Amino acid sequence: MEITRKAIDSLRIEHITKRFPGVLACDDISLEIKKGEVLALVGENGAGKTTLMNILMGLYHPDEGSMFINGEKVHFRSPNDAFAYGIGMVHQQYMLVPNLTVLENIALGYKKAWNPLKLNLQMVRDRIDEISAHYGLSVDPDAYIWQLSVGEQQRVELVKTLCLGAEFLILDEPTSALTPQETDELIALLKKMSSELSIIFISHKLQEVKDLSSRVAILRHGKVVFQGNTIDHSSSDIAALMTGHEVNLPQNDAPACTLGPMLQIRNLKVKSDRGFLALDDLSLYVCKGEIVGLAGVSGNGQKELAEAINGLRKVESGEIVFDGVDIANFTPKQVIDCGMGYVPEERNTEGIVPSFSIKENLVLKDVESEKFSNRTFLKNSVIQKNGEDLRTQFDIRSPNIDIAAGSLSGGNIQKVILAREISRNPKFLVAVYPTRGLDMGAAEFIHKQLLQKRNEGVGILLISEELEEITNLSDQVAVIFKGKIQKVIPASEASRRRLGILMAGVEDDEQI
Amino acid sequence: MTNRFKTGYKIGVIILAIITAMALGAVILLAIGADVFKTYIVILTRPLMNKIGVTEVLLRMVPLSIIAIGITVAYRSGIINIGAEGQMAIGVLSTTAIALLFPNLPGYVLIPFAILAGAIGGAAWGFIPGFLKAKLQVSELLSTVMLNYIAAQLYTFLLRGPMLDPAEMTMGSGTPQSMRLSKNLDLTRFIKGTRIHTGLFIALALAVIIYFLLWKTSFGFKLRAAGASSKAARYGGINVPKYLIIAMMISGAFAGMAGSIEIAGVHRRAIEGVTSGYGFSGIVVALFGGLHPAGIVPAAFFFGLLIYGADMTQRIVGVPANMVQVLQGIIILVIVSTKMIINNPYLMQKVESRINSFRKKGSAQEETV
Amino acid sequence: MTFVINILSLGIPFSVALLIASLGEMFNQRAGIFNLGCEGMMAMGAFLGMLVPYLVGQGSYVPGYYNYLGLLLALAVGALLGLVFGVVVVTFRAPQGIAGIGMQMFGVGTAGTLFRHFIGGTQSVPGINVAPIPLLSDIPVLGVLFFNHNPLVYVAFLMVPSAWYLLFKTPWGLKVRAVGTHPRAADSIGIDVNKVRFQALMVGGALAGLAGAYLSLCQAKMFSDGIIAGRGFIAVALVYFGHWHPVKIMGGALLFTLAQALQLAIQGLGIDFPYEFLVMLPYVMVIIVLAFSRKSQITGPAALGKPFNREIRA
Repeated sequence: MEITRKAIDSLRIEHITKRFPGVLACDDISLEIKKGEVLALVGENGAGKTTLMNILMGLYHPDEGSMFINGEKVHFRSPNDAFAYGIGMVHQQYMLVPNLTVLENIALGYKKAWNPLKLNLQMVRDRIDEISAHYGLSVDPDAYIWQLSVGEQQRVELVKTLCLGAEFLILDEPTSALTPQETDELIALLKKMSSELSIIFISHKLQEVKDLSSRVAILRHGKVVFQGNTIDHSSSDIAALMTGHEVNLPQNDAPACTLGPMLQIRNLKVKSDRGFLALDDLSLYVCKGEIVGLAGVSGNGQKELAEAINGLRKVESGEIVFDGVDIANFTPKQVIDCGMGYVPEERNTEGIVPSFSIKENLVLKDVESEKFSNRTFLKNSVIQKNGEDLRTQFDIRSPNIDIAAGSLSGGNIQKVILAREISRNPKFLVAVYPTRGLDMGAAEFIHKQLLQKRNEGVGILLISEELEEITNLSDQVAVIFKGKIQKVIPASEASRRRLGILMAGVEDDEQI
Repeated sequence: MTNRFKTGYKIGVIILAIITAMALGAVILLAIGADVFKTYIVILTRPLMNKIGVTEVLLRMVPLSIIAIGITVAYRSGIINIGAEGQMAIGVLSTTAIALLFPNLPGYVLIPFAILAGAIGGAAWGFIPGFLKAKLQVSELLSTVMLNYIAAQLYTFLLRGPMLDPAEMTMGSGTPQSMRLSKNLDLTRFIKGTRIHTGLFIALALAVIIYFLLWKTSFGFKLRAAGASSKAARYGGINVPKYLIIAMMISGAFAGMAGSIEIAGVHRRAIEGVTSGYGFSGIVVALFGGLHPAGIVPAAFFFGLLIYGADMTQRIVGVPANMVQVLQGIIILVIVSTKMIINNPYLMQKVESRINSFRKKGSAQEETV
Repeated sequence: MTFVINILSLGIPFSVALLIASLGEMFNQRAGIFNLGCEGMMAMGAFLGMLVPYLVGQGSYVPGYYNYLGLLLALAVGALLGLVFGVVVVTFRAPQGIAGIGMQMFGVGTAGTLFRHFIGGTQSVPGINVAPIPLLSDIPVLGVLFFNHNPLVYVAFLMVPSAWYLLFKTPWGLKVRAVGTHPRAADSIGIDVNKVRFQALMVGGALAGLAGAYLSLCQAKMFSDGIIAGRGFIAVALVYFGHWHPVKIMGGALLFTLAQALQLAIQGLGIDFPYEFLVMLPYVMVIIVLAFSRKSQITGPAALGKPFNREIRA
């Protein structure tokens, strides 16, 4: 199966354009990468980086433009064609089948071992051993994927890609789910590998770009706006090019609160979907008019915490005292009625009913209130007016308020959710990844809204992966690790490095 | 993408869908050597030629529309109720029981009472899969089908045993049916010489009620939210399991009422074959009617036409009446596919760019010529 | 003792239609497709399976191989219907539950229409007869139980290890398991998700057709409208019950049909018990089993019922 091929000396793409309905994902992109180079592909969320890489892998087909390998025009119809040329990719969301073993996952792509009547697993095993030994990447071939941690899964992804013969490696945000320490290890490994392989890696973390890449290309709104050698440019130059303008996200510089506690969580135990304790004796306090940022690598119990507070997940033990009332194991409705607001992680499927109109989504939590219905019948004119008002106030961009909310862009969906939650005048707000995947303009708007609510005396629990977002907005930063609060520190003392150490599970950070 | 193109695309797809459905039906008709064109003409026009025909179509429209509206309530809450057949049978049994127990009640008491009993029986039968789905995540597709078979057995058991017509018992001919129910239960046949009965108005009234319930009340809002996205509904403080169960009970109640009305208006006794596939046809009607009462009423008329027309094809062109089931199956498959094609912006975009490049080529050629 | 042996020797052949159909459905579901049209595919198989020997024979002697021609036709039509279903739910990505109902109506309706045209009424065929295995069938007790059956019974039980091997030991099985659990991952590694799903649907459809033909050619030796009697739906339920594993599915199929055999045996004993309630038994059992079977999220096909679209990010 592995066709004899010449090594890739150069890979060139010219005038690649890819459209999705309503979106121009890649707009006339041309790039070149030579053997042994490490190209960093930098840009904000939604700039078109992943789409471009999926085109390189043959997963998407460009509407216009062409690719050349060693100067010869190539056309990839499926990832198999890309593999045949020795191109491999580690996707941001790992492409591993959870109920198969590591061995089976690799065998899935290792077509040499496919006798029609028998899968030659021994051959795959040998290949894994070979690759593991060569790169010093150890994996357990017989472990099921669902048993592995995120870091281990990433190693499996790398081994898989290398087993399939990749000499040209594409990595899509390889560090986004890793702790700062795991990140350092990965960077070191990739540096070592770059002596044998060509690498394209996607990132929006400038430190990594500086550390690892020899060249950098910056994408904005589907266009390449800059290409050059990494060493010639400072991080701040690159940042400015990435966003297109100097960004000054609003910062929290108001004095800390003295208004008394609003949410007190004590010894909370909550189980995950899989049945283990996702929150194990977690305690946390948030005052009125205070933003507490919850930092941590995702999957350490953030989701479960937000759901437990909002009555969406069963509390095994412990209490959640909200404004003097223990709301643990209240129904979602009861929690809402206590004055809780919630911006959920999955905005497209949980925060809105996608097929409902904008105005209907804006009253999702209140259809039975006196304002919008008289016990039985809906007051349609009031619902209409409410929608019009909030659309103006929150700058929701849509032709009208009768279109399905699910057809809006991510930023506008988030504005709908925020408009609903804020207009209900909550006493407290839980905001989970409120700006993930949004452009800077929308993020800025949402940050302003959160800070304004804080200044009005609302307590906010801000859960985020973006350390910058957390340090900019929070009064206090709490670090979560394996279902426990590792430490709570004032935002002023929360340096990147210190947070990183805490996020990795080291408790006594001051000694380091 | 221009709106003109979008509309054109949608109309084009729908026309293609109709052609596909008729062509697939034609394949089966050809297999039995029938005259395809004539068969379609007979099914679609022959029933409308005279008064009897039209009223017979309306007669079939009554249970179809009531059941389809019930199925819509369930569908909108996120449950596909394919158990209407069984719920209808239970409705028939409940109504029969009431009529047998209280034959001397005056009509204005007995009729509502017996229909209510049918509704309650159907609701109870609908409660089971609703509860199993809401609390134990049992697929309603399977539980409702199983309950259909169970209801069918219960039906024959009661008609052969406790509810058997005493006359049958003495004569011993063994036809499983109840005695002629009290005349007080009869729904008036309001056109002389036809069987069309006042159940038609009940059906229309129920359609209006459900329209208001689903789209004008906060109850309907919550029910639809639960069906459109159970996750978002739960997040919004809506008790999703409660709405699933209530929706299934409404759905069952409607199928039960359809059964009650069918025996009070048409058969006037419980016999085998009262349900005669209405439960399954109701699904097609609901889908065809766009899961909205305003669409379901005409859709029910159309399928009443198909069902009655297919009864006639046996005599006129020798096509078995089962053909209507074939057509219904095809229509479901075509509708669900068509919906996906129409709502697929990726495909729409592809088609548009193909057409554009085709046009460009065309105009380029013209220029060179 | 004889009573028990009677029940068992009745129950084993009864389980065959369910077993074959649910093994087929297992491949569908493992690949991520919930095929509720199984009932319709079985009905088509049942009708076409007996049509061949019926037309050839018209009452006179039929050489045995025409029966097998009928089986082949049932297999082929099942595969064809699987293909049609694939166009609807894989290519067009229509919701599988409701599409399955459409397929069921189409299959049952078509079988009924053709039956009325070509056969008309109750007509029996000689069908495929019991083929005792020499020597083995003479063993006391075991011989009656296991070696004195229709050839298809042996084939069906041999299918269990074959299906296991196919699913867990061959590249195709690996692909099926991958596309049913994480189609995006399979796609990223160069596996044509939709093609594998189509293949699984055709295998599943062919097996459903065969299961139907077993009913008409081996069990009832005739066709009637209600011949499938919900077995297609029970087969779907059995796949859940058997956690998508061939051996457990076989266990489930046996359990269900033993209940049915028990019912027949009780009727045979002349105990006065309304037989309708005995007929209900398997259906009631399905509901109870579904209500109490534990949901397994780790081993099951996580993408069951979800159409795959590369360009829409989940």
